[in-house]
Amino acid sequence: MQSHLETQAAFRAALNNAELPPGITAVGDLDRRFSVYRNTVAHSLSEALGQRFPSVARIVGDAFFKAVAQIFVTAHPPRSPVLHTYGDAFPAFLASFPPAATLPYLPDVARIELLRGEAYHAADADPMPADTCAAQISADPDNAVLSLHPSLRVFVSDSYPAVSIWAMNQPGGAAVPPPPDAEAALIFRRGDNAAVLKIDPDAARIVAALIGGAPLGAACQDVAPDIAASAFSTLLQHGLIIGLSQAKESGTHD
Amino acid sequence: MTQLPDTVGIGFKRSHFDALQATPNRLGFLEVHAENYMGDGGPPHAQLMKLRADYALSIHGVGLSIGGAGPLDRDHLTRLKNLCERYQPESFSEHLAWSSHSDAFLNDLLPLPYDDETLATVCEHIDQLQSAIGRPMLLENPSTYVTFETSTLAETDFLRAIVDRTGCGLLLDVNNVFVSCTNHRADPRAYLAAFPTQAVGEIHLGGHDEEELPSGPLLIDSHGAPVADPVWTLYAETMHRLGPRPTLIEWDTDVPALSVLLDEANRAADILDGARHAIAS
Repeated sequence: MQSHLETQAAFRAALNNAELPPGITAVGDLDRRFSVYRNTVAHSLSEALGQRFPSVARIVGDAFFKAVAQIFVTAHPPRSPVLHTYGDAFPAFLASFPPAATLPYLPDVARIELLRGEAYHAADADPMPADTCAAQISADPDNAVLSLHPSLRVFVSDSYPAVSIWAMNQPGGAAVPPPPDAEAALIFRRGDNAAVLKIDPDAARIVAALIGGAPLGAACQDVAPDIAASAFSTLLQHGLIIGLSQAKESGTHD
Repeated sequence: MTQLPDTVGIGFKRSHFDALQATPNRLGFLEVHAENYMGDGGPPHAQLMKLRADYALSIHGVGLSIGGAGPLDRDHLTRLKNLCERYQPESFSEHLAWSSHSDAFLNDLLPLPYDDETLATVCEHIDQLQSAIGRPMLLENPSTYVTFETSTLAETDFLRAIVDRTGCGLLLDVNNVFVSCTNHRADPRAYLAAFPTQAVGEIHLGGHDEEELPSGPLLIDSHGAPVADPVWTLYAETMHRLGPRPTLIEWDTDVPALSVLLDEANRAADILDGARHAIAS
């Protein structure tokens, strides 16, 4: 007799192919009745993917998205029942999916949506009052280490105006020709939403270094002072600085 | 088994938050899917914390795979434990089904054979869950579309044995009873008569879809339609027999305006009132 594990393995395999698993029965029309499970698994996982990547779905259209989602969910089913974390592999999958090759910016749009999902569900934290923050930093700005909001993510495209393309594909977004350059953004929670704020790619790299724990001086090295200043004021303005400390080995970092 | 009141609640949908805040609270409780509240923070928790202050809460898991052959996902057990600690729900429930196999989560409630081996596995999993969350759980009867030739126990006997061995309670989904019994040409009244009703801590009512096949109707548990009339009848009969039990209206796909759910909830509340009076007289 089959063990439960064998029964389950056969059932699971049959969800992805045309054969019925052994040992199941029904009052008739067994194929149609079993297909309820096939359809629910395929449909519910595609829906979950669509909820995580709504702009990708808007760009490619429902029919194309359903088709690509079907292939993706079969090849990369979720590992966790927490479906708002599902789809980390989707941007890379799109990049290697030949039918999407005419939309080379699509993986970048998908990455923006991944980061928006992370920002949306990240931990809560109160911003540091701006005047306290400015006063404390002014003592030794180079060695200031910023604690940034847990929802803050940095997006940098290597090649595409992906932030403009993403914005254009939001409900009510205006269809304007995107600028020619690669774009970057800060993504963070603002109210009930995950905001996408386009910033200079060099400013984005500063923020990425700060998230990595670099002191302000090191993070801003080799960047024009006005860009560094704008990166800092953006963080301050949006309440993304939640704490401050001083680098331990004052002045010894390079 | 449950501290939910013997009144009517609805499944909370995030699109209803504003409407719910603006509606006088006549609901006995709200139910949420555990897996939708497993991020660290953000709007989902902010909303649920607000609602928690006004409503009794049922947390309903849809992803633990209690009926799975493999071991339970330890990370998921920890997440469930943390969620129960954070919200101190009046009830926690999960399904008699499996949804994960060999590291893949399939996002459906899949059926299992009912025999001695699966009984032992399910009981072990329920023991693990109950000790992780530090409270008894309610186990829900499934909607099924096929059965297994190897089953040696009726579903109701299987559930009764689980209750006896683990001390868990049961979540009786009356729609699931009607769906499964219709699909398998069984009598839902006979099923309900055999159900271990003393363990019922909550009732679920939801809608289903129907398709005619040469072999007879195929009912699909869609949670995307009003509760069907035969399900209301079975529910009313059951409540008159058992007395009122906490009852949930669930609607998970093509979710309509809150008022539609509240109309369904009122209909259930009238039935509970009738049952309360019938038992009292």
